[in-house]
Formats: sequence, structure tokens, C-alpha cells
Amino acid sequence: MSTDAVNTEAVVLRGRGATAGRALLRSPGALTGLALIAGLFVLAYAGPYMTNWNYTDIDYTALRSAPGARHWMGTSRIGQDVFAQTVRGLQKSLLIGALVALASTALGAAFGTCAGYFGGWVDRMLMFVVDLMLVIPGFLLLVLLVPRLRGLGWPAFAGLLAALGWMITARAVRIMTLSLRERPFVAAAQHMGVGPFRIIVRHVLPHLASFLITDATVAVAAAVISETGLSYFGFGVQPPDVSLGTLIASGSDVALTCPWMFFFPAGLLLLFVLAVHLAGDALRDILDLGSDRAGSLR
Amino acid sequence: MVGRLSKRLAHGALLLLFAVFLSYVISSAALSPRAYFEDRQPRPSAATVDHELALLGTDDRTPVLERFGHWSWRAVHGDLGRTVDGGSVNAEFGRRIGVSTRLLLVGTLVGTGLGVLAGLWAAVRRHRLPDRALTVFSFLVLSVPTFVLALLFKEGALWFNQSAGHTVIRYTGERTPGLTGSLATHLKDRAAHLALPAATVALGAVASYSRYQRGATLDVLGSDHLRTAQAKGLTPGRALLRHGLRTSLIPLTTFFSFGFLTLFTGAVFTEEIFGWPGMGSWFMDSAQKGDINSVVAVNLFAAVTVLLAGFVADVLHAVLDPRVRTR
Repeated sequence: MSTDAVNTEAVVLRGRGATAGRALLRSPGALTGLALIAGLFVLAYAGPYMTNWNYTDIDYTALRSAPGARHWMGTSRIGQDVFAQTVRGLQKSLLIGALVALASTALGAAFGTCAGYFGGWVDRMLMFVVDLMLVIPGFLLLVLLVPRLRGLGWPAFAGLLAALGWMITARAVRIMTLSLRERPFVAAAQHMGVGPFRIIVRHVLPHLASFLITDATVAVAAAVISETGLSYFGFGVQPPDVSLGTLIASGSDVALTCPWMFFFPAGLLLLFVLAVHLAGDALRDILDLGSDRAGSLR
Repeated sequence: MVGRLSKRLAHGALLLLFAVFLSYVISSAALSPRAYFEDRQPRPSAATVDHELALLGTDDRTPVLERFGHWSWRAVHGDLGRTVDGGSVNAEFGRRIGVSTRLLLVGTLVGTGLGVLAGLWAAVRRHRLPDRALTVFSFLVLSVPTFVLALLFKEGALWFNQSAGHTVIRYTGERTPGLTGSLATHLKDRAAHLALPAATVALGAVASYSRYQRGATLDVLGSDHLRTAQAKGLTPGRALLRHGLRTSLIPLTTFFSFGFLTLFTGAVFTEEIFGWPGMGSWFMDSAQKGDINSVVAVNLFAAVTVLLAGFVADVLHAVLDPRVRTR
């Protein structure tokens, strides 16, 4: 019976991208997560154009006013529009989060593949650095270093977050590279005289793509959490610029009397991290299965 | 097994040395105790500032390696130096270590214990109400950064106390100042203060450990050795507890050491927000004051606890997995 079925229905071979794309469309978790992430990015970048208030504007006629037609999310203690501030903060937090995730995943991939591919003393040295950087919690080092780099603005802050966030990715990448290194296609490339870095880029990294995509997705949430945490304590984004962390900090002590100052930024932060977790979890399932589903019946 | 563990211990000691050295160099480069003294009112003379800095051993005109040499010579003799306010770092360390250790220990034990139990339960009741409820719960908890969770708990307690008309839930400090009474009164008071911060630290751990444990248990549930155990006549529950739990805990040990890093950072936030005079809040104060000696002392504490967590994970791994012991 089953052989008949195979004979009558044509086997469709699909590429990895198409397979993953189809699985993505069928997964409610991934769709919800990705739609939420896209929606929040749109809100962050289109939001400032939706209101007449700028995030630095001060409305002296409305201090601590509740959400209404004039100020959609109310105003702060000194009359700043909470909606304008929140979308601006969201923009900064998402931008930093995305850049940090990209950079730290790239660093993790570079260090992990080199350690795994070259082995020997390169591996030992790199893994010692990884172990060393995992001994002292990164947050403590950030608290020390961020004030020093204040003059360089948020890009330096983002760079520092990435520099302290790649180690666990590197470990996972190294383990996977160790097994990829033994595969015949790597040996073939070596015998043809392809250089080690070219092999890593052309033959090792493509096999890690699904892991790296998932890792980068989840890393965005981790980076946003670190950024907002540091900004909450005054070590991150500096005034007059705002991030979700600084907004939560200024709203937290009036959370009971003026809840809009606290719950709008905190709620958006929660929503974003939740969306990333949803999408990341679904992506992990989809991309892991991708290889098995590549040659499926239509 | 002893050989393997002692090798790990030696590796840990080497990492500790490097970590302390790096933390000293980074703190010295990033912090400026000179600025702290110069900002004092009335502004002290340059000679006074130099004298104070020399007393602390943090004079920025001496090369950093030389300063580290002096610091480590005293440190190996058990003296971690003086704070910028002239107190002894050792005394401050002693006052605060208990506060932080209590929070970290309770957070770790409650977090891992409840997390493992919850994950086990969810795996057994897969796709039924408890599993779904736990999945939603852990997704929600993992989406709330620790500092927001701490703030929510604090505001929640404040709101509850206001509605109740008197203080039901404690949310500031680690004990009531000036409390008199028997040992039992003091213990009760400390436990009441511990509840909310410990819940903050533990909740994230419960959520993530339950996810890992659920996955690991599901992997074990379909395995041959568990079916064999049931074929021998064990009930499914007994078979899972006697034969399944142990194997499912092995992958968790590797996660434990990373999980502790997250937990430590969470504890720093929690101490700051709930006003606990622990190592975390000491670190934040010292970093703002440019107090190099105190900052290095907290880094030392952090490094030792993180390495200790890694070592505990290694021991647990060896205890759970006989293959590790015989190798």
C-alpha cells in the first residue's frame, strides 16, 4: 500500500528555506510570535509619527494626567507624553536588542567554530577565555565599564553588551563544529586545498544556520532584558534619551498612584520578550525538523 | 572520580586567580576613587587626596600591576583592604555575606527543587491541563525581567498592605531594625522579610528548570529501560521515580552552572529593589563611589560562588552518572 502511494504521488524535494517556511506558516506559536515582534517594531518606528507630541515635549497644562484623547497613555510627572516616550523607548530598546543579538551571535559563531575546527591549543586558549568570562557575572562588569564609555553614547553600550554575551553560544557552536569537522565533505575540501577559514565559512557555518538563527532570536530577548535592567539602574541609556528601562525606573515608584507611567512600558517589554520566546521555541522545533521534512510527500 | 574532580578544582582555582586579576585591573581602569575624594565638601587639598589614596592602596599614579601585587599580598594573608570610607572591607564582607548567601541559597534550592518537580509533573501529564498551565506560567515568568518582577511584587505587597490596613507582607530590608525579643521572634521576622525576595529570585529558576526537566523527562519516558522496569512489574510512577528521574537529571547538571549566573544577577537586582544590605547592593554603592577594594571583594565573592556552583554541578553529574565515575 505504502509503496503504491509513493509511486502515484510525486515526491517533491524542497530546499531548506521552503520547508522551514511552510512549517512556519503551519505553526500558530511562530506566527503569533513573529507577528507580535513585527507589530512592536512597526509601533516603535511608526509610533512617533502617530502623535503630535515629541518624547522631549513637556505639556505644562497636563501633569500626571490619566490616559485620554489628548495624551493616549497619559503624561508623566513633568508633563511628558507617555505614549511618545514609550514608543521612543521601545525603539531604542529594540534597536539595541537586535544589534546586540546579531553581534553576540556572530562573535559566538566565530569563536566557537575556530575553537572546534582548529582544536589543540587554539581550542584550549579560546575555551579558557570563555570559562574565564563566565566566572564573573557580566552584569557586574557592565556596571563598572558602562559609565566609563558614557561619552561614546549607546553604540558603545551595545558593543559592550555584545562583548559580554557570546560565551554560551560559542560553547554550543564549538560542540557542533567538533562533529562537523569529521564529516566527509570537510575532508574533501581539505584535500582539495581549501584554506581553513574558507572551510569554516563555506562548509561549517551553513550547517549551523538553523541553530544560529534560533540563537540570535532568543538573544534579542536576552539583550533587551540586560539593556532595560542596566538602564533601570541608571547604567544604560542616558537622559534625555529614553529606553524602556529608564521609563520603568521613573514609573515604578508611582505604579500605584499613576499606573500608566509604569504599566505601559513594562507591559510592552513583557509582550516583546514573550513574543520572542514564542517565536524562538517554534523556530527551534521547525528548524530541527527541517532536515527530516526536506523530501516529503506533497 | 576523585582525580577528575580534583582536576576540575585545579582548573577552577586557576580561573579564580585570573578572574580576580582581571577584575582588579578592570576596576582600577574603570573607577576613579580620586574623583570621589575630590568631590567631597569641603574639597580636600591635593596632598590629602594623595594621602587617602595611598592609604587605600588605590593611588592611580602607581602602576596597576604594583598595586595588584600589594593588594594580593595582603589578600592571601586574609586582608581585603579598606573601603573609601575608611572601614575594613573584611568587616563589611562579613556583615553582608550572610544576607546574600541566604538569598542565593534559598533561591537556588527552592528554584531547582520546585522546578524539577513541576517539570516532572508536566511531563507525566503531557498535553493535559497541568502541563498547559505550567507552560503558560513559565512562558509568562520567563518574559518578565527579574527587576520588573521584583517591582511588581513590591508594588503588589504595598497595595495589599494598604488594602488590609496594616503591614501583612514585608518588602523592605532583611529584618526589622531595633526588634527585640527571643530568638524565635527574630527568626520569624527574618523569614517574613525573606519571603518576597526569595520568591523573586526563585520564580525565574522554577520556570526555566521546569522547562528543561519536562523535556528531559519526555525523552526518558519513551526509553527501553523504563519499559523494562514496568515489564518487571513496577508501577509507572515507581518506574519513573526509581529509573527515570535519575537519567533525566543528568542533562540538568550542565544547565545548573549557567543557571546560577542568571540567578546571581537576579539576586543583585532583588537586593537593590528590596533594600537588602547584601553583596549586590554593596557592589552598586561601591561602583558609584569608585571604591575599588570593595568592588574587587564582591567580584571575588561572585567568582567563588559561580565556581562553587559549577563544582557542585560536576559532583552531582558524577553522582548521577556512573559512566563519569569509572572514566
